[in-house]
Amino acid sequence: MSVPAREARKIPVVVLAGNPNVGKSTLFNHLTGMKQHTGNWPGKTVGSAWGRVRRDGWEFLLGDTPGTYSLLSHSPEEEAARDAICFGGADAVVVVCDATCLERGLNLVLQVLELTGRVVVCVNFMDEARRRGVCVDLAALEAALGVGAVGCAARDGAGVERLLRRVRAVAEGRETPRPREVRLAPEIEYARDRIAADLEERGLGEKARFAALRVLEDDRGAIERLEKQLGAPLAALRAVREETARLAPEHVREESAAAIFDRAEKVFAGCVRARPGSACRQARLDRLLTGRFTALPTMLLLLALTLYLTIAGANVPSEALFALFARMEAWLAGVLTGWGTAGWLVSLLCAGMLRTLGWVVAVMLPPMAIFFPLFTLLEDVGYLPRVAFDLDGQFKRCHACGKQALTMCMGLGCNAAAVVGCRIIDSPRERLIAMLTNVFMPCNGRFPMMIALIGLFLVPAGLLAALLLAGVIVLGALATFGVSRLLSATLLRGVPSAFTLELPPFRRPRVGQVIVRSVVDRTLRVLGRAALIAAPAGLVIWLLANVPAPGGTLLSACVSALDPVGRFLGMDGALLMAFLLALPANELTLPLALLAYTSGGTLLRMEDAQALGALLRANGWTWLTALNAILFSLFHWPCSTTLLTIARETRSAKWTLVGALLPTLVGAGVCALTAAIARGLGLAA
Amino acid sequence: MVRTLNELRPGESARVRGLLPDDGRNIVSRLMDLGFTRGARVRCLFAAPSGEPRAYRVRGAAIALRREDAGLVCVGAREAGA
Repeated sequence: MSVPAREARKIPVVVLAGNPNVGKSTLFNHLTGMKQHTGNWPGKTVGSAWGRVRRDGWEFLLGDTPGTYSLLSHSPEEEAARDAICFGGADAVVVVCDATCLERGLNLVLQVLELTGRVVVCVNFMDEARRRGVCVDLAALEAALGVGAVGCAARDGAGVERLLRRVRAVAEGRETPRPREVRLAPEIEYARDRIAADLEERGLGEKARFAALRVLEDDRGAIERLEKQLGAPLAALRAVREETARLAPEHVREESAAAIFDRAEKVFAGCVRARPGSACRQARLDRLLTGRFTALPTMLLLLALTLYLTIAGANVPSEALFALFARMEAWLAGVLTGWGTAGWLVSLLCAGMLRTLGWVVAVMLPPMAIFFPLFTLLEDVGYLPRVAFDLDGQFKRCHACGKQALTMCMGLGCNAAAVVGCRIIDSPRERLIAMLTNVFMPCNGRFPMMIALIGLFLVPAGLLAALLLAGVIVLGALATFGVSRLLSATLLRGVPSAFTLELPPFRRPRVGQVIVRSVVDRTLRVLGRAALIAAPAGLVIWLLANVPAPGGTLLSACVSALDPVGRFLGMDGALLMAFLLALPANELTLPLALLAYTSGGTLLRMEDAQALGALLRANGWTWLTALNAILFSLFHWPCSTTLLTIARETRSAKWTLVGALLPTLVGAGVCALTAAIARGLGLAA
Repeated sequence: MVRTLNELRPGESARVRGLLPDDGRNIVSRLMDLGFTRGARVRCLFAAPSGEPRAYRVRGAAIALRREDAGLVCVGAREAGA
């Protein structure tokens, strides 16, 4: 990722670098006022983000990069990070480290220092470190590294101003850091310096030594970039030819990695004191969350509890919002009629667009406003990577990647966002599996209908309903495993690739920040998107329901055409039509079905749940219809946003089609089977 | 036989002696980035419910590895202590 060109020359550029999950995005958000997603698990930041910062009369462009363990790139995300750090022309690089895991962070610091001296080290999470009895001597660290080191707690903004002053001094050249060099084995240093001398002659400057070492390590990505810059193949250089023939790249790689880590170990030992036994509480929590007999029950319990709180808490605000929108609609209709607006236009605007919008908001907002903060809380503590850890055995059996569990968790919030999140999976094959199966996790837009139908037809609302909903999600997870296995055996054949997952330390969540962040950032954004779709969808629905066709309206004609298929699937034509029309937003499914049933020109207003149940029963609904509606809601085509996201991420019409067909076929199969069994056993008509 | 991380039981530690070639699976350089380099002290923390993967403490971080990847990291004799 390169710096926006026109800005690059006018103002200084500062880049944030660091291991995954050390708080780069938190620092970035704090400085720029932007809202990059943050949470306690590695790999949230995909692609680089740029923002302008103005502090104390100093203005600069700040870049946030995806977390990387080293400058030797392995994944596209890491390549983006490396390019921003190495080739972005930054005036200063801030390497962010986690004070509770400084030794590993120092590895990256030392690597960056080989490349440029314009570095300030930001030791983040100083507050967490103190709490855990880890003491970092920053003066000793500065002396050992030869560059500035500033302690921070970016979540509170502590130390950030001090950091900025140092960064400014470095960027303006007022402070000249003198990094100390890492010594390598003599034969490697000799080879490196020979090649570097040649490269320097060709105008590579301070990057020559770094580049020379990459050449010896046979780092393909770096070599390609280098050849492009030189305009000639590297083999043209005699030193390169001779030295690469003499030294095996594996040997160089191992030696230089070991040398840098040895140095990191020494620096670490010289500036960090840890109180023994401070890791005990963390270990106890891990024993519970990953224990042989406790991991799965804890996971299910947390899931059920989250859903219970969501269901129990959403009712009252939902009803209140319905009432509010009803009043707004009546008021608007009154005003418009007062202005002499035509009757059909009033109906279109009020009963068509505004009422659909009201439905979506009233049904979606309360569950989201409860679910997202709870989910963010789990995310902040550091629970999600444990889920991936616990489930990786299952994913391996399906020849997939355990990190898919992280994307599944994201899918519970929004499938489209989760498809983008699949970038944390390195292997393209496994990433594709995760993208194509993500829709088996019901997103927040599908919960409300499931919750309503469970409460009306299956079990009374409360803990039992939450357990049943948890069961639906578990079913979705099982389908994910099954389909992943199937894909691995057919369309996406292959063996599981390497898997490394960092389990971050548990961190104390900031409850206040979590609520503000998840409500303001996530809930309102998802809601805004849904509302943007709901109003036009309301227009289309109104037209369908009001344009006459033989035997009724367009809508009723479609419904009767679809009825045989719907019946076969244990539902009916109206419901199937509703699923089809709800392509832009899943939360519209139930209101659309109601519209078809009432054959009214507008969405029916539901004052309470009992009226809804009575209406559905009057249209022939039984427990079987409800069950199949829930199952089909779980297993059907992704919403249009998700489909577009799959298309963008895969750049392939074929895989987008597979992404739509796969869940639909599963859903049709499951529903037809359920209906056939229930009818065969005489359990339902 | 070469001793690898797979021979460590939860609670045991050892030092890394070297890495085996990975036959193009591109995992060895990733392991080195994470700090599994010669001389690094590694401690096996705990295993997932199904026995795999296992979490290892290396360079102050907890890293989960599957059996075949952990089998590429050669270690010396078990060491006592935390």
